[in-house]
Amino acid sequence: MKALTILNYQWKDLIRGKWIFGYALIYLLITDALIRFGGAGPKALLSISNVMLLLIPLVGMIYGALYLYQSREFTELLLAQPLNRKTLFWGLYGGLAVPLSAAFILGTLLPMLYNGMFFGEQIASILLLLGLGLILTLLFTGIGFWLGLAFFEDRIKGLGFALVGWLFLAVLYDGLVLLTIFVLGDYPIEKPMLALTMLNPIDLARITVLLEFDISALMGYTGAVFNRFFGSFYGMITAVTSMLIWLALPLYGATKRFRKMDF
Amino acid sequence: MIELKGLKKNFGRLTVLDDLDLEIPSGQATGIVGPNGSGKTTTIKSILGLVKPTDGEIRIDGELVNNRWEYREKIGYMPQVARYPENMTVEELFRFIKNIRGDQPSNEEELIKHFGLESELKKRMRTLSGGNRQKVGAVLSMMFNPDILIFDEPTAGLDPRSSVQFKKKVRELKDQGKTIMLTTHIMSEIEELADHLIFIVEGKIKYHGPMDELLNEHKEQRLEGAVAKMMEEEAA
Repeated sequence: MKALTILNYQWKDLIRGKWIFGYALIYLLITDALIRFGGAGPKALLSISNVMLLLIPLVGMIYGALYLYQSREFTELLLAQPLNRKTLFWGLYGGLAVPLSAAFILGTLLPMLYNGMFFGEQIASILLLLGLGLILTLLFTGIGFWLGLAFFEDRIKGLGFALVGWLFLAVLYDGLVLLTIFVLGDYPIEKPMLALTMLNPIDLARITVLLEFDISALMGYTGAVFNRFFGSFYGMITAVTSMLIWLALPLYGATKRFRKMDF
Repeated sequence: MIELKGLKKNFGRLTVLDDLDLEIPSGQATGIVGPNGSGKTTTIKSILGLVKPTDGEIRIDGELVNNRWEYREKIGYMPQVARYPENMTVEELFRFIKNIRGDQPSNEEELIKHFGLESELKKRMRTLSGGNRQKVGAVLSMMFNPDILIFDEPTAGLDPRSSVQFKKKVRELKDQGKTIMLTTHIMSEIEELADHLIFIVEGKIKYHGPMDELLNEHKEQRLEGAVAKMMEEEAA
């Protein structure tokens, strides 16, 4: 009940800030444009997923940390009240993660609805895409929270690590994987490569998308290994399960830290 | 009664509270004094659970409260630097805290009048002056009629008139039999309000007892002189 009161206030505050509408608008415009220019086929979906794979981790991590810094007064006020720290944490987390997820889902879904794309044969793919976006939002907001709590007194560091973390996972990681393959290509490195993929949630999401659309040409090395090792169906199950484990990790770390912190 | 037993707190390598034993009697006012950085605020924050002690027990009315939260129903707290959500109006803030407390009965209207906050109710916290923010903090700490009241340098930032109003309110609360704990650097305030005095230096208790004893001991007329003497002895 108390968590709901906190959520309610945080949502009002977010709406007052208006930027959440801007975030939804970005998805709306991009999805609309992609459907307009690329047709309502799998190509549009693939493009949307590419945008999502970059944007969601960035916004989730940066804003997760930033939001904690902004809510500092609010947190301090509530900590002196008869309130469980766990309740407060989930109130704060839900206060950001839920609106972010809603903005993504509504922004992407709306153009698909009025273009009649949603009720076609691709409905399963679309639902998978939205589900992945949801998991990524929850996951990276959690990582943002974790970083924000770890560097609670040092905003610059917290935000810096969020930015570098995003750059690493979204951009550099693939390069490193390729480099590893290039250097160690003569050895049997399929299984280590598989493990390497599972260590990056963005990669996991990308592979899930590629397996769903069955585009082997675009799968890259890790995707192909994944496909060969697990097959399409089990590959997807494995990828999604790994992502869920990934989701639990930062949330566990952040709650643990929040419970022990001094304010 | 608030009991602290063997309370320790380290921030990294820095020891802020060093094996603190303390009893704060019920129904009386206890003043905590000590030089800057001596651990007054950390002690208070430990009691509230804002700071997690490295070691030691905190009991309130005999009940162990480390890592619990329900006991905070009994405590009203006014922080040293009052910081509140900037976008909320004063009115909204009071309503929000009431919601969080599950609509417990509160006497905030009487308190708002007492502190003269009526004209500030519609203003956002961000636009409030430091003194008015302190007053909002005072109302928040008292509005649910708690048994224990903790004030961390309550009158710093208040103008003389508000300061008098605040002290008047504290005396009223004392007469109602509330347990009051306050820190301050203004010795006259302790003389006016407190029955007991605690003197902390570097996380250790140097004096704990009734006020009059301290005055007798140091053969001083006023508390200011007695405390200054103690601080000098510490420095020597």
